Amino acid sequence: MSIFINKDTKVIVQGITGSVGLFHTKQMLEYGTKIVGGVTPGKGGTEVEGLPVFNTVVDAVKETGANASVIYVPPAFAAEAIIEAVDAELDLAICITEGIPVMDMVKVKRYMEGKKTRLVGPNCPGVITPEECKIGIMPGYIHTKGHVGVVSRSGTLTYEAVHQLTERGIGQSTAVGIGGDPVNGTDFIDVLKAFNEDEDTYAVIMIGEIGGTAEEEAAEWVKANMTKPVVGFIGGQTAPPGKRMGHAGAIISGGKGTADEKIKTMKACGIKVAATPSVMGETLVEALKENDLYDRCVTNKAKA
Amino acid sequence: MNIHEYQGKEILRKYGVAVPNGKVAFTVEEAVEAANELGSTVSVVKAQIHAGGRGKAGGVKVAKNIDEVRTYANEILGKVLVTHQTGPEGKEVKRLLIEEGCDIKKEYYIGLVLDRATSSVVMMGSEEGGTEIEEVAEKTPEKIFKEVIDPAIGLQAFQARRLAYNINIPTELVGKAVKFMMGLYTAFVEKDCSIAEINPLVVTGDGNVMALDAKMNFDSNALYRHKDILEYRDLEEEDAKEIEASKYDLSYISLDGNIGCMVNGAGLAMATMDIIKHYGGDPANFLDVGGGATTEKVTEAFKIILSDQNVKGIFVNIFGGIMKCDIIANGVVEATKQVGLELPLVVRLEGTNVDLGKKILKESGLNITAADSMADGAEKIVALVK
Repeated sequence: MSIFINKDTKVIVQGITGSVGLFHTKQMLEYGTKIVGGVTPGKGGTEVEGLPVFNTVVDAVKETGANASVIYVPPAFAAEAIIEAVDAELDLAICITEGIPVMDMVKVKRYMEGKKTRLVGPNCPGVITPEECKIGIMPGYIHTKGHVGVVSRSGTLTYEAVHQLTERGIGQSTAVGIGGDPVNGTDFIDVLKAFNEDEDTYAVIMIGEIGGTAEEEAAEWVKANMTKPVVGFIGGQTAPPGKRMGHAGAIISGGKGTADEKIKTMKACGIKVAATPSVMGETLVEALKENDLYDRCVTNKAKA
Repeated sequence: MNIHEYQGKEILRKYGVAVPNGKVAFTVEEAVEAANELGSTVSVVKAQIHAGGRGKAGGVKVAKNIDEVRTYANEILGKVLVTHQTGPEGKEVKRLLIEEGCDIKKEYYIGLVLDRATSSVVMMGSEEGGTEIEEVAEKTPEKIFKEVIDPAIGLQAFQARRLAYNINIPTELVGKAVKFMMGLYTAFVEKDCSIAEINPLVVTGDGNVMALDAKMNFDSNALYRHKDILEYRDLEEEDAKEIEASKYDLSYISLDGNIGCMVNGAGLAMATMDIIKHYGGDPANFLDVGGGATTEKVTEAFKIILSDQNVKGIFVNIFGGIMKCDIIANGVVEATKQVGLELPLVVRLEGTNVDLGKKILKESGLNITAADSMADGAEKIVALVK
C-alpha cells in the first residue's frame, strides 16, 4: 500500500513537449511510471517518446483512461493548466511549476472547492511511491520501498531525508513534496491523514520551514489524531525576519512563522524534532526503536 | 518587490483612493519648487526609503513655510536613517516626497494581505492607526477587525461598510471610507500586491478620508505582467550582490556572517545556514543555485560570494537530484580557476553522479576539503575559518 499513487496510477503530462516536461517524462518512464500520454495545445495528434499528445486534458483522459496529471507548464499558464486538470475530473494533479503568481493560486483554490481533484503543489518535487510510481522531478534511485512516510515543503530537504533513511536500511511508503508556495493544494494535514490511514505506513517524517503556521496546525492535528510516531525538522532556524528565503512561502513576517515557534509547538504535540538536518534519519530511527517499530521498518538489513 | 511611498500613492490615485497632493524631489531645489507648486500653507517633507519607522528616525518633518521646506530638505537629503527596519547600517535618503499638510482628526489602520489559512486576501482594519500593527495585534487583538474576501466576487461594499463601522469611522464619512477600501482592494488584486498597508489612514477636518502613508509590496512572481510596476524598481535600495545574483537567476540573500554558502534548493540552503550556526559558525549568505545550474551559473555564484569582504571560507553543499554532481564539480573547478581561490573551500556532494563529481574535484589539484555529510562539512568549514 501507499498513499495517493501506486503502480496502477495512469499519468498524463501537461506540457510534455517543453524541454523540462520532456526530460522528466523520460525519467519517469525509466522509473516505471505508467505515463499514458501528454497534453500540449496545438500539438494534438503527434507523438512524443511513443506517447500520444492531445490538445486538451479532456481528450487525453477520454482516450487513455488517465487518472492523474503532472504539470510542467510555464508559470504564466500553470494556474490555468491546473484548472483544466480539475475540470477534467482527474483524481490527482501534481504541479511542479515554480513561480506561479499567488493571486492566480488564490483563484485556483477557490475554483477547486467541492471538486474531486486533489492538487499537490505547485512549486514541489512531486510524489513518489518507491518502486511503483514516480511523478515529479525527484531522483528515483535514492528511494527504497518500505514503511516510512515522508512529507515536506522542500525538495532537496526531502531528498536529504530519504537518502538518510535509505542509508540506514529504512524504506519509504510514499514521499510527498507539498511545495514551498504560500497557497498550495495539499497541506501537511491532508498527507498526515492519508499516512495515518495507510496500513503500510508505520511512521512519518514531516519537514517544514519558516513562514505561515501550517506546521503548528499539523502538529495540533497529530496530537489529536495520529496513531503513528511522527518526527520533524524545521528549516530556516537562523533566517532573518522579512527576507524571503527562496521559496515564496518561506518568510517570517509580522513576527509570525518563526522556526522556534514551530519547533516548540511540534515538541509540545509529541513530535520528536531533529536538531539539525543531518540527524533527520537518526531521529526517526530513535522514534522507531522507542515505539518497537524498528525491526518492521528495516527493509535492507545489510545497511541497518 | 518594494516601492517608495510616493510611487504607491501614484498607483492609489489611479484607483480613486484619496491621497494628499504631493511631488517627489531629488534635490533641495526640486523640494522647494514642489512646495511652491503645491501652494499649501503647511507642507510635509518625507524621506523616501524602503523601510518603515522613518518618522521616529527624523525622516519626516512638517514645514510651516518655504524656508523650512528648504531647511528640512537640506537636512534629510543625504542623511542616513536608522530605523527598526533598516538594520544598524541605516539607509541613505536620496528622494523626498513633498506633500500638502492636512488637518488630521484621527488616525486609523487599513491593510490588505494574503491570508494563508483561508488562501484568500484579507482586509484588516483598526482604529489604532499610526502605530505598529504588530504591536496592536499583540496587546489589543480585539481592536483589529478582519474581512476575508472571496476571490470569486471580490470585496463587497457591505464588508467595507462593516469594517468602517467596526473601526469607528465617523458615520458621515463611512461612504468615503468604503470608496477608499474598494479602490485599495482593486489596486491590490489588479497589481498583484503581496502587501498594501495604509498606516495611517486619516479622517481630516475638512471631511476627507485619505491615505497619509502607503506601503505597497508586489509579488515578484507576477511582475512579468506589470511592466509599469517594474519601472518603479529602485536598485539603489537593494543589495548590490542580490541584484547581481538575480541577473543569473540565483536566489541570494546577504547575511552578516563569514561563511559563504552555495547550495541547491531553498530548503537545503536554509538548512545549511542552520547547521553552520549549530556548529558555532555564521553564514554570510543564503544562496540557492536552483535545479538547472550550469558551469556559468556556479562560476557567477562563486564570484558573488567572494565579492563579500566578510567571507572567510566557503561551504558548497549539493544534493544532486536532477542537478548532476559532476556539473557542480566542473563549475567549482572552473570558478576557482577564474577567480583564484585563496579561502578555505569545503565541498559536500551527494546524489546523482556523486562519484564522478568527487573524482573531478580530486583530480583538479585544487585545495578543496571534501566532506561526507552536511554535518561533516559544516564542522570542517567552521573549524577552517576560526
